Parts: sequence; structure tokens; C-alpha cells
Amino acid sequence: MTFLQVTLFLWEGFKLSLLIFAVTLLCGAPLGLPIAFCSMSNFKPLKAVSKVFVWIIRGIPLMLQIFVIYYVPGLLFEYPVFAKIDRFFFLEYGISDTGRIVAVLLAFTINYACYFSEIYRGGIESISQGQYEAGYVLGLTKSQIFRKIILKQVIKRIVPPMSNEIITLIKDTALANCILVCEIIKQAKELAATQALVWPLFYTGLFYLIFVGILTIVLGKIEKKLDYFKS
Amino acid sequence: MAFLEIKNIKKSFGKYEVLKDISFSLEKGEVLSIIGSSGSGKTTLLRCINFLEFSEEGTISVDGNTIYDGGSLHKYTDAEIRENRLHFGMVFQSFNLFPQYTVLQNVTLAPTLLKRGTAEEIEANARRLIEKVGLSEKVDFYPCQLSGGQQQRVAIARALALNPQILCFDEPTSALDPELTGEVLKVIKGLKGKDSTMIIVTHEMDFAKNVSDKVIFMADGIIEEIGTPQEVFDNPKSEKTRSFLQKNDEI
Ligand SMILES: Nc1ncnc2c1ncn2[C@@H]1O[C@H](COP(=O)(O)OP(=O)(O)O)[C@@H](O)[C@H]1O
Ligand SMILES: [Mg+2]
Repeated sequence: MTFLQVTLFLWEGFKLSLLIFAVTLLCGAPLGLPIAFCSMSNFKPLKAVSKVFVWIIRGIPLMLQIFVIYYVPGLLFEYPVFAKIDRFFFLEYGISDTGRIVAVLLAFTINYACYFSEIYRGGIESISQGQYEAGYVLGLTKSQIFRKIILKQVIKRIVPPMSNEIITLIKDTALANCILVCEIIKQAKELAATQALVWPLFYTGLFYLIFVGILTIVLGKIEKKLDYFKS
Repeated sequence: MAFLEIKNIKKSFGKYEVLKDISFSLEKGEVLSIIGSSGSGKTTLLRCINFLEFSEEGTISVDGNTIYDGGSLHKYTDAEIRENRLHFGMVFQSFNLFPQYTVLQNVTLAPTLLKRGTAEEIEANARRLIEKVGLSEKVDFYPCQLSGGQQQRVAIARALALNPQILCFDEPTSALDPELTGEVLKVIKGLKGKDSTMIIVTHEMDFAKNVSDKVIFMADGIIEEIGTPQEVFDNPKSEKTRSFLQKNDEI
């Protein structure tokens, strides 16, 4: 195989890595918000449920969570939903892996939503009570205070920890190969097995590096944009 | 009935009674200074008046209307509390400006959200108030670009923008370097007039003496002494007041 062929073959896998990255970010980031609010709720049972949930999700390896989501419907309810999706899409459209990818997307989204929720919670709780009180004495509603006063300060504070998490996310996508989803490392292992080529495995690192480089620049720009005020 | 009537306010945190039966009244245009050692309940009193805390007992009346009765069974809604708060303005010890907004935006935010006029009117009024506190050249600055004294003057303009009937200050100069207190006190003094009723918690005794119509000395959650500045400062009746003032003189 030529260098170009290997590159293209790996790129096919990296596209899947990027898909997992994008879906997790686009679904997990908003989903983290309601979880954060539940964790801060004054209603004790809701708060407890939310905290235990976050504890479990953050306390168990993501790889294990992928296994659980993929296998548990089959084992517990004798309804292997993801395998069925796999088969359906393969028979109807000749597309493989659909069910596995859905399982991975679910596991990633839930896992990252919990991590994001903790970042949000930390950010929201770090805003001084004085900011709320200044809003109250000006006769503003709680929702006005949150939207017009608190939110931007929270965003400024969570950009650095979110950046960290986002950079971790692209590298975590490699975990998808534990249920044989053809992300870039699985592709490279494929080459090692079928073509006896080992170097592509190391070459995958360059894909991650380039993408992380781009992320670093974009996230740095966002951080800079919020530099105009201190809080 | 006086313009502001505070009657029998009691406030506890858990078992600890911070305000024990506070009553006083204030006429329109009067300036009241509240002095007293740290921990005597001055901040808590202002917070009760601004509905940041809720007293378990006692009433608050403004201009003849009882707006709050802690002893009643009525459960105040968020909307009622907001309505009540608008009778008062509050300037905090730590300014609490909104860091992401410029000076002008800090002053226009609340009137805009409360729809207190057209955007032009609100901005014109804000600029007038910013000029009044002497910060015309700083309208487009962010709080982090201002000194503490300047920030506190913006906070005063922000409170004035809603035209409160009674403006409260909680140790407005305590967080400032000594050389910056003068500019803030001057602004507060400049607000004195027949229409501006003010309550000022302060440790600046000379200022309290000069600017007030009435002085309250608080100790351990009660009003130990109340009177004109001459009465309280020059002829204190209470032993506690005397020793407090003496200690202050020594410093
Ligand atoms: N939220 C609160 N919870 C419990 N105790 C409080 C609270 N706020 C104030 N206190 C207590 O009430 C007393 C009076 O406080 P404060 O009103 O701040 O006094 P001052 O402003 O005169 O220094 C203090 O002993 C303080 O510790
Ligand atoms: Mg105080």
C-alpha cells in the first residue's frame, strides 16, 4: 500500500472519530445544563438523584459504559437493540456498524454531559452572591439576572475547563474501537492485521495532533474574545 | 405618618437574634446615618429594608402604605417582592458592578429591562447621572478599568437610575483606600436634597455628623441611641454610645 492509500484509509476512520466528537459536543454540552441545574436544585430528592447519577457516570471507565450500553439491552431484556439496528442497516442499505455507532454516541453523550454539568455547576457557583443581590435590588427577575448578568460571567469562567474537556474528547473517541467501531485506530489495527503494516498505527497520532492544534487555536480565540472584562 | 416607617423589625439567623425590635421613622428628604460597631446588625437591617432578608416580625411602610408585614400570614410573591424592592435603592460595600458591562451599560441595564422609557430617554438619563457622579469621561470603560472610588460612584449612578424613593448605602467607603473615600462621600453629600431620602451605614463619623439629619447608634441588634447628630455625637445619653465614640476618636 502506498502512503497515500494508507492516509486515505485512516482518514475514513478519522471521519468517524470526528463524527463521535461532533455529536458528543453538540448533544452533550446542552444536556449538561439541565443536569447541572438538577445538581444545584433546592429540591433534595432531585439533587440527590442527579448527584448519584453524575458520580456513577464519572466514576466508571467510559469503556465500560460503552459495553454496558451496547450489551445490556440484549442481556437483560433479550432485545439486542443495537445489534438489530446493525443488521437492519446492513441488510437494507449495506451500511455496517450503525447500531454500534449509535451505542457509542449514546455512551459518549451521557458521559460527557455529566462532565460538562460539573464544569457548569462549578462556574455558576463561583459567581459571587453580590452579583445576584445587585440584580435583586434593581428589581430584576431571577431569570433576567441569570440571562443578563450571570451567564456571560459563567461562560468566561468555564471556557478554560471546557477547552480541556473538549481536547480530551477527541482522544477519547479511540475508545469506540472496544466494540469494533471503525474509528481511526481500529482502521490502523486493521492494516496491521491484514497488511502487516505497523507504522500506520503510529501515524494516526498525527491526525489527532493536527486536530488538537486547530482546536487549541479556536478555543484560544474564544478565550481571548472574553478577555475584555475581568470577573 | 412619616415617609418611611420601620416598626418592630425582628430578625434571627437560627437561634441567634440579630435584630431585636428595631423601630424608627424618616421624613422625606432626610438623611439618616447608622453607626455602630461591627456585628451590631447594621447590614442585616439594610438587607431587611431591601428585602434581601425577610424579618420575621415588624412592618415597613413607605409613604403611608404598609408594603411589608413580617408577622402577617401573607406569603409574598416574587412579583410583590420585586415591586417592594423598587421603593429602595442599595449601594453595597463591595460595589457589585456587572463586570461585563461598561459604565453606561451598568446604569442602563435595569431601566431597560424594566422598560422605564425609550432607549434614548434611558441613555440620556444615565449619562446625566454618570455626569452627576463625575465620571463623564469614563462612560465606555469597564469596571475593571476603574479605581474603587470610581466603581462605587458608578454603583451610585446605577442605583439612582431607577429613581428609588429611599437610597440605602452599606458602608460605601469601607472597601476603599483612604485617599479614595473623599470622592465618594462628596458624591453622596451632593445627592442631599428635598427629594432624596437616604439611609447611610458608615464608619465615617465626621461625614455622618455633617451630612445627617438623624443618627442611629446600634449595638447588639437594638437601637441604643437615636437623635440629631448634635444629640448623638455631642451629648450621648447612653454609656455604650459614649464608649463607642471615644474608641473611634482614639483611632
Ligand atoms: N446570613 C447570616 N447567617 C448567620 N448569621 C448572620 C448572617 N448574616 C449576618 N449574621 C450575623 O449577624 C450579626 C450582625 O451582622 P451584620 O448585620 O453584618 O452586622 P454589621 O453590618 O453591623 O457589622 C453578625 O454577628 C453576623 O455574624
Ligand atoms: Mg456590615
